[in-house]
Amino acid sequence: MPITQTHELHTRRFGRNLGVALSLVAFAAIVFGMTIAKIREGASMEAFDHQPRVSITPPVSSGSEDGQ
Amino acid sequence: MTDATTNAATGTPEAQFGDYVQLLKPRVMSLVVFTALVGLLVAPGGVSPMIGFAAILFIALGAGASGALNMWYDADIDLIMKRTRGRPVPSGRVEAGEALSIGIALSVISVAMLGLATNWVAAGLLAFTIFFYAVIYTIWLKRLTPQNIVIGGAAGAFPPMIGWAAVTGSVSLESILMFGLIFMWTPPHFWALALFMKADYQEAKVPMLTVTHGRAETRRQIWIYSLLLAPVALGVGLTSIAGPVYLAAAVVLNAIFLIRAFAVWRRDEATSEADGFSAEKRLFRFSLSYLFLHFGALLADSALRLTGVWGA
Repeated sequence: MPITQTHELHTRRFGRNLGVALSLVAFAAIVFGMTIAKIREGASMEAFDHQPRVSITPPVSSGSEDGQ
Repeated sequence: MTDATTNAATGTPEAQFGDYVQLLKPRVMSLVVFTALVGLLVAPGGVSPMIGFAAILFIALGAGASGALNMWYDADIDLIMKRTRGRPVPSGRVEAGEALSIGIALSVISVAMLGLATNWVAAGLLAFTIFFYAVIYTIWLKRLTPQNIVIGGAAGAFPPMIGWAAVTGSVSLESILMFGLIFMWTPPHFWALALFMKADYQEAKVPMLTVTHGRAETRRQIWIYSLLLAPVALGVGLTSIAGPVYLAAAVVLNAIFLIRAFAVWRRDEATSEADGFSAEKRLFRFSLSYLFLHFGALLADSALRLTGVWGA
């Protein structure tokens, strides 16, 4: 069954809904743009799932310290 | 922005997207965007255009959030004043609770996003600005003291400081002086307006200086704040962000401002009434150009430095 307009609310609120939709698309575009800009600047990128995070990994001790 | 559609169930006007935009006080936002942009562009160092764009956008959004919170709390007095009774909340197009929710949501989003885009010093300053405008000014002091304009001016003075912090991650003398310029400019600007818009504030029982201390005292305070404003404006000219364009502009603009403020101070009510408050209106109109040209001059000096015309 095709989706059809069932209520006058749809037409009445079309402008408002369109505005919200465009705002959300713009927000997503800005977050995407910021991400690209940060990567290009060489900001440290860390994943939070199933990967070691450099910022919280303890420093690796040197071999000479291990032996003594 | 609102068309004639109404909510069929309640008979109240239906809010359109433009009404929600009006909640964010777009005209105030334009000053915020401009001063924050100057703060960002004159700061030493730099950010990529995308990050700079995002920073200005989220600073503007934060300013809009505080505007929505202001409209939520001030709906009762906005309904009384002619100038504000057409706003979305007093006119019934947007519910007060909606304005509050939008204000809080946009505050959180703008601060978090500015922090992620730039740094947490800038985000902290933005959070403090929203808190200062919404709580300290709107809720606490606006209806309590005739110095409300001075206090509210502080909130409007933060954007260049936030723009600066977005690049440098710190607060410095230059950004404090840019703050001082807007802070000292606000009282003479708004009190000049209050002198020829007298009935509005009186009816809303907002303790404007004109009502609590009289119009002669307001004229004197305009003159005092103008005298304090000039050294701050010239002080900016002695910092690293200014150059010959700013210094020349500051000397001329402050001389004109002082002449006009002096004229307002020396007038009596009868003279003002007779010529329709022409001197007060002249000072108010000039004060708009005054701020725009000071920050424009800073931008011009910065551009000339970048192009190597002077300085490095």
